[in-house]
Amino acid sequence: MVEDVTTKTSERRRSDDPAELAKFSALAESWWDPEGAFRPLHEINTARLGFIKEEICRHFGRDVAAMRPFEGLRVIDVGCGGGLLCEPMARLGAAVTGLDAAARNIEIAKLHAAGSGLDIAYRVGTVESLAANGERFDIVLNMEVVEHVADVGLFLAASADLVRPDGLMFVSTINRTKRAFLMAIVGAEYVLRWIPRGTHDWRRFVRPSELRSALERGGIDLTRLSGMVYDPVTARWRLKAGDLAVNYLGVGTKRAA
Amino acid sequence: MRDPIRSEVVIIGGGMVGLSLACGLAGAGLKVVVLDSGTPAKWLAAEFDGRASAIAHGSQQVLAGIGLWPRLAGQACPIKEIRVSDQESPWFLHYDHAEIGDRPMGYMVENRVIRAALLQLAASLDRLDLLAPVAVAQVVEEGPGVRVTLEDGREITAAVLFACDGRHSAQRQRMGIAVAEWQYRQSGIVCTVAHERPHRNIAHERFLPAGPFAILPLLDDDQGRHLSSIVWTERRALAPAMTALPDKAFEAELARRFGDFLGAPAVIGPRWCYPLGVLHAERYTAPRMALVGDAAHAIHPIAGQGLNMGLRDVAALAELVVDARRLGLDVGSAAVLRRYEQWRCFDNTLLMFVTDGLNRLFSNDIAPVRLGRDLGLAAVNAVPPLRRLFMRHAMGVVGTLPRLARGEAL
Repeated sequence: MVEDVTTKTSERRRSDDPAELAKFSALAESWWDPEGAFRPLHEINTARLGFIKEEICRHFGRDVAAMRPFEGLRVIDVGCGGGLLCEPMARLGAAVTGLDAAARNIEIAKLHAAGSGLDIAYRVGTVESLAANGERFDIVLNMEVVEHVADVGLFLAASADLVRPDGLMFVSTINRTKRAFLMAIVGAEYVLRWIPRGTHDWRRFVRPSELRSALERGGIDLTRLSGMVYDPVTARWRLKAGDLAVNYLGVGTKRAA
Repeated sequence: MRDPIRSEVVIIGGGMVGLSLACGLAGAGLKVVVLDSGTPAKWLAAEFDGRASAIAHGSQQVLAGIGLWPRLAGQACPIKEIRVSDQESPWFLHYDHAEIGDRPMGYMVENRVIRAALLQLAASLDRLDLLAPVAVAQVVEEGPGVRVTLEDGREITAAVLFACDGRHSAQRQRMGIAVAEWQYRQSGIVCTVAHERPHRNIAHERFLPAGPFAILPLLDDDQGRHLSSIVWTERRALAPAMTALPDKAFEAELARRFGDFLGAPAVIGPRWCYPLGVLHAERYTAPRMALVGDAAHAIHPIAGQGLNMGLRDVAALAELVVDARRLGLDVGSAAVLRRYEQWRCFDNTLLMFVTDGLNRLFSNDIAPVRLGRDLGLAAVNAVPPLRRLFMRHAMGVVGTLPRLARGEAL
């Protein structure tokens, strides 16, 4: 059964965008196809998981060489899609909730997790509804989502409410720069055709300064930002600390109440 | 029906390559099930496998990295020099380990010693289960993983399957992977000999018209006898009859090729005769599955690199799998398998052609060819940088090395 909590929020302002939801629902089947519409997410996973694991292990004092270092940590992946991040987090031992406003994504994610033998709580819904219910997590993942929501400030404020004091929030997105327009839209959608045209809207990209102030309003202080760049020679994404011009990610700590 | 046995990795084949891979992965914390159709107790009998293997320096590092070397070190004979010579030619190639540092070029270890140590190590790892003897009835790709059904009805599920079941791999056939294969008109005769004088840790390879003849140093036995392992390449038509000769006649044939510098050789234990051939799988992977070691490639034993290639596969694959798993990623994803194939296929193909070329170059008695190759040997010997490069190749320390082969932890 898909638990639908979106209906409860129909009276309230919503940060998600119906047009974006329809777009991702139509692509849901291909979430787990490494050559499909979400190929860049598969490829970027190694780099962003490296960042996430390093930061979680440092913050919570976990052993990076352990197979299940996240044992006992509650994690929510906001905008989880087909579960590309939920499954690794669950394998590393975390108690994972996957949240997505598109019911089709959640169906695909549930099916895949069952095949992988992983226990993940997938839910259809929005961050506002969960935050209103008073749910709190050790770690909130907001990866490649903020550039798809209608109201970044509202979305990040509700997301921040989900983080417990001294918990971590991870955010990754694309910067609103000329280079990002050339690489993430012209390059990835039109020239290389890695992802379908119309996946991204440049105007919705988020500058690091905007991200920082939106998070601060939610009580979260960014502690590290890093760029992610594609190396055409090795055909791999890697972290590049000083280059935030296109893809970047960051982590922040929630202030004690 | 019973619940399936859930694993992360399932390995078909509990030989030297399969168990090395299993120990490496389980030692790093992955759950591994190994399946083999044989009975492990029998693998330790001299009749099962009387051969010894050359463990190049790089392979020794791999075995150290998976925690096996301490169990082998006392039973491994260091190779400090390699002397390569062509029939009666006065020119020969001489590799001395002292030239590139103080570590040996490699080691000679009896296969049953390696197998015994691997079985002990495997038994000590609680995330490794060896199921043997079992017969595999069916293997299917299912969801994001594989399901193996055994003849006895048990089932094993895993994210990925590695086929380490040797050059006649049944799993390779199930995966529908064809091979490029050719036979040499040569067979390898293998035996252990005792000789009067100590070998001083020198390996000899001489190129005789029928093919290479190698004398590889072993440790003295408990009666203090000096031993060497012989790998004698002979014309295929002649080899079985040669192998079956009475002791005296066999030793006389041996002595003709062996020379007299170590004194008279006396054969100890059984003799073996293997037809020699080359085999290379047209691809190394299928969805959720990969071929490792001899299941993917078998080469001419001319350079003693067969097991070393397999251990290099193990080191590369273990690194990719462990790195993926440490990030929580799917260890059987197409990305992991593709990287493994890209990493190993080129290296293995190159070595296959080099050993094939060497064998063709040296296994004949045509005068101009002989002159050419002798000048080549002499040239390599006379040019120290070239000689050192060849030595590093023989030691397995060239190319993009996996962490294990560089002596680093997984």
